Amino acid sequence: MYDVVIIGAGVSGSAAAREISRFRGNFCVLEKEEDVCCGTSKANSAIVHAGFDAPEGSLMAELNVEGNRMMGELSEELDFPFQRIGSLVICTDERDRGKLQELLERGRANGVPDLRIVEREELREMEPNVSDDAVAALYAPTGGIVCPFLLNIAMAENAAVNGVEFRFNTKVNGIEKTGKGFCIHTNNGDVSARTVVNAAGVYADVIHGMVSREKIHITPRKGEYYLLDKSAGKHVSHTIFSLPTKMGKGVLVTPTVHGNLLVGPTAVDIENREGVNTTASGLAEVAAKASGSVKNVPLRSVITSFAGLRAHEDRHEFIVREAGDAPGFVDCAGIESPGLTASPAIGKRAASIIQDILHLEENPEFCGTRKGILNPSRLSIEERNELIRKHPEYGTIICRCESISEGEILDAIHRPLGAKSLDGVKRRVRAGMGRCQAGFCSPKVMEILAREVPGLTMDQVTKSGGASGLIVGTDKDRL
Amino acid sequence: MSECMQADIVIIGGGPAGLAAAVAARDAGEDSILVLERDSRLGGILNQCIHNGFGLHTFEEELTGPEYAQRFIDMAAERKIDYKLNTMVLSISRDKVVTAMNREDGMFQVQAKAVILAMGCRERPRGALNIPGYRPAGIFTAGTAQRLVNIEGYLPGREIVILGSGDIGLIMARRMTLEGAKVKVVAELMPYSGGLKRNIVQCLNDFNIPLKLSHTVVDIRGKERVEGVTIAQVDSHGKPVPGTEEDYTCDTLLLSCGLIPENELSAQMGVEMNPVTKGPMVNESLETNVEGVFACGNVLHVHDLVDFVSEEAENAGRNAVKYVRAMGRPGSRKETGAVPVLATDGVRYTVPVCVRPDYMDDKLTVRFRVGNVYRDHYIAVYLNDERILHRKRQILAPGEMEQVILDREKLKNVPDLRQIRICLEKD
Amino acid sequence: MEKRELTCIGCPMGCQITVEMDGKEVKDIQGYTCKRGKIYAQKEVTNPTRIVTSTVRVTGNPEVPVISVKTAQDIPKADIFDCVRALKNVTAVSPVKIGDVILHDVCGTGVDVIATKSA
Repeated sequence: MYDVVIIGAGVSGSAAAREISRFRGNFCVLEKEEDVCCGTSKANSAIVHAGFDAPEGSLMAELNVEGNRMMGELSEELDFPFQRIGSLVICTDERDRGKLQELLERGRANGVPDLRIVEREELREMEPNVSDDAVAALYAPTGGIVCPFLLNIAMAENAAVNGVEFRFNTKVNGIEKTGKGFCIHTNNGDVSARTVVNAAGVYADVIHGMVSREKIHITPRKGEYYLLDKSAGKHVSHTIFSLPTKMGKGVLVTPTVHGNLLVGPTAVDIENREGVNTTASGLAEVAAKASGSVKNVPLRSVITSFAGLRAHEDRHEFIVREAGDAPGFVDCAGIESPGLTASPAIGKRAASIIQDILHLEENPEFCGTRKGILNPSRLSIEERNELIRKHPEYGTIICRCESISEGEILDAIHRPLGAKSLDGVKRRVRAGMGRCQAGFCSPKVMEILAREVPGLTMDQVTKSGGASGLIVGTDKDRL
Repeated sequence: MSECMQADIVIIGGGPAGLAAAVAARDAGEDSILVLERDSRLGGILNQCIHNGFGLHTFEEELTGPEYAQRFIDMAAERKIDYKLNTMVLSISRDKVVTAMNREDGMFQVQAKAVILAMGCRERPRGALNIPGYRPAGIFTAGTAQRLVNIEGYLPGREIVILGSGDIGLIMARRMTLEGAKVKVVAELMPYSGGLKRNIVQCLNDFNIPLKLSHTVVDIRGKERVEGVTIAQVDSHGKPVPGTEEDYTCDTLLLSCGLIPENELSAQMGVEMNPVTKGPMVNESLETNVEGVFACGNVLHVHDLVDFVSEEAENAGRNAVKYVRAMGRPGSRKETGAVPVLATDGVRYTVPVCVRPDYMDDKLTVRFRVGNVYRDHYIAVYLNDERILHRKRQILAPGEMEQVILDREKLKNVPDLRQIRICLEKD
Repeated sequence: MEKRELTCIGCPMGCQITVEMDGKEVKDIQGYTCKRGKIYAQKEVTNPTRIVTSTVRVTGNPEVPVISVKTAQDIPKADIFDCVRALKNVTAVSPVKIGDVILHDVCGTGVDVIATKSA
């Protein structure tokens, strides 16, 4: 019997797991995919929102601002890339100034610090590639960018190091209330728990419905994006949003923490909770809207496109609370944008609700810091040579586009909750995320995985777990 | 870091271009040459090109890729040319300090007098093609699949659709068929194939594999592994025509949609690029705008025949030696104006982009590609306004590289030579 | 009379050539624009041959699971698949050098399969 079972190893579930690991107890995370960060958490804008969007007084506003505030310290504790580059909401029509003012006031009411309106000239100085039509902008210096994978992975790893068990490829098929708590039916057998945290992303309503009659309804809202080459990464230096206009909501243009440029998303409600395919119309929309607030976006430098699903709840509000009719069952549902920003605060909130129920002892051995995968390019040449002398694998570059060494890939595989697939390696160390999109390095990374992961052979190496195998046989095997 | 090493000529890349450049430089009398190769063996991409058809020009016999590579590896070995394997060049400074790394030496620097860029090219990935759909396993560039099959002995798929009719795609259509896979169709966006005619006949027609011109992939299905793709016809702007969609079930999509010279190192050191070739702009000596930095092979412009890569690289090697020898000699570098070589009227680009008649050999080969399929056209060369060449060709196609030879005497005899123009003419 | 349609591979023109056959006898060749086309068509309808390239397994060198091979000369086109099937169960033993015979007289063609890579 676990004290807490957390369903879902995305940012919310992982944040909750880490916060709960501050206490003593038996904790487990159930994840239907083969790795952490496989759903909404991996395909989004990678933005740390300042917090002026959500309505005043909403939980969304509160947790956004709190999450933003926490992000700086957390990124140091857990060693993941986060940059407070500031964001700008661009107004391209004098008649829309009122809307800009509204955002400013809402932001101030939400507790967002240092917001101000910047005028045409200052704006151009800050952001030379802003649209010629831009008349003013709302500047939020606390806005930032983060690596969503590493934020998620860092929180999960830290939770694991502090004793939380993670079970992958484990899908929850049903939950029964028992006298002492819950019996969770999974494809890998039953798991019993005194309390449950539901952090199941686009499935949070389905999981919730297994124990509660209170209505939660989630619609997967698809967002499609273009990711541009690093040669385009300096096109803007802040996250650039557009004020919604008659033409609808614009797309954002932002640098990423790794130096690429990200453009998107669209927003289309769909039915399929696994519908992460891009569409011709969606990509065309991103391309058409890219120039809304930024000029000359170099879309020729696209290296990939992707789609993510936001877990949109009908009320457009975060639901982080104990279900009224299922004591011990805590939802983290409706975690759409700004969910990534809010995730540390969501985890903290969920943990505090659990603690109010379970009254656990503090974990005196809790260690809140984690060292990320060593990035040799940040070392001095002397330090790097010392490293290569001790660990020659750091001298072999595997991914040439991103300059990722074998040493980094081995670290990604062998650390807690290590990578087991090509995508797992990619999310941890970016091997395969560059301009050739794994053309050159995938056979090499496959070989390393087959060599290093116990029990894995080359023909079992997958792109992302499950049936995503890359090799189907050997030469002439069916001739 | 260990102290800076020295070499007269550092060659970035030990594939066919780098090796041919090294051999030619040694034969021109250069002692101090260092080849830096990122892979675990010399020969570059030829090691995985196990089909025949290489070497007809260079060796007057038909070789496979590994055999062709081995000839040059042997020549380099006979000449005791220094090289380092598994060595990644991280940067090259404008004053030619090459920073590289491997397991044995760690990070090290080499001060070169001349640098020859021979890094080759990479394939255009799915992401850059903006194909909508899922992103499952089973989407490979043709070259990645080629490596898995030919080097590792693995089959990446059993039921295959190929997008793009570049030569690697055509070669892989046959290769996968001969390994027991079923290649269902090759779709090509353009109204003509990007590959060599003989590859269409011997790789597709021989095995009854259909080639659909003016078609592209408009959807990829399957969340974990590819389950199928949809192919549609495209209009003259390359836009899919609604109602022409056809579904194919398959477990693999191979992409052969173009090659891109790998010029990140070049760009980083300030080498000017030709937006058409995505390779450096070079003069008659195959020298870039950065003095003493030369380029050859697929990093300069994508070739279809390795024989021409070798020939071009040999020139780069010899020119680098000339440069090193002339260094520091007063007045050695006559800064006479370079004459631009213009590509117009159907000619997409030329290599080189300019010529300094004082520096050119007696004969200079100018290579170029045309932008479309042209029947019964003339290749014309103008010096200023005077036409010096007018050669009829029954067919010119983008997939086949063309060349003209310029004569130094002729160039020198034109008073006030302002431009050389290469174009196509109807009559 | 049987008509065979061919695409000439002599140059990028890719002339469409029509050959009229009576049994194994060539009666007429149309559509070629140079003499190379005519020669190609003649050979292609009477005795089409191809060089076959493939790979075989190697033992004794953990770095090299397979090596590339080719038929030392061209073999009849009809024998291509039999040739690669014959290679299915062939394992070369390291050391192998370029040019070493991997399989003698493949499918009775009188042609050897030789290594194109050393291992």
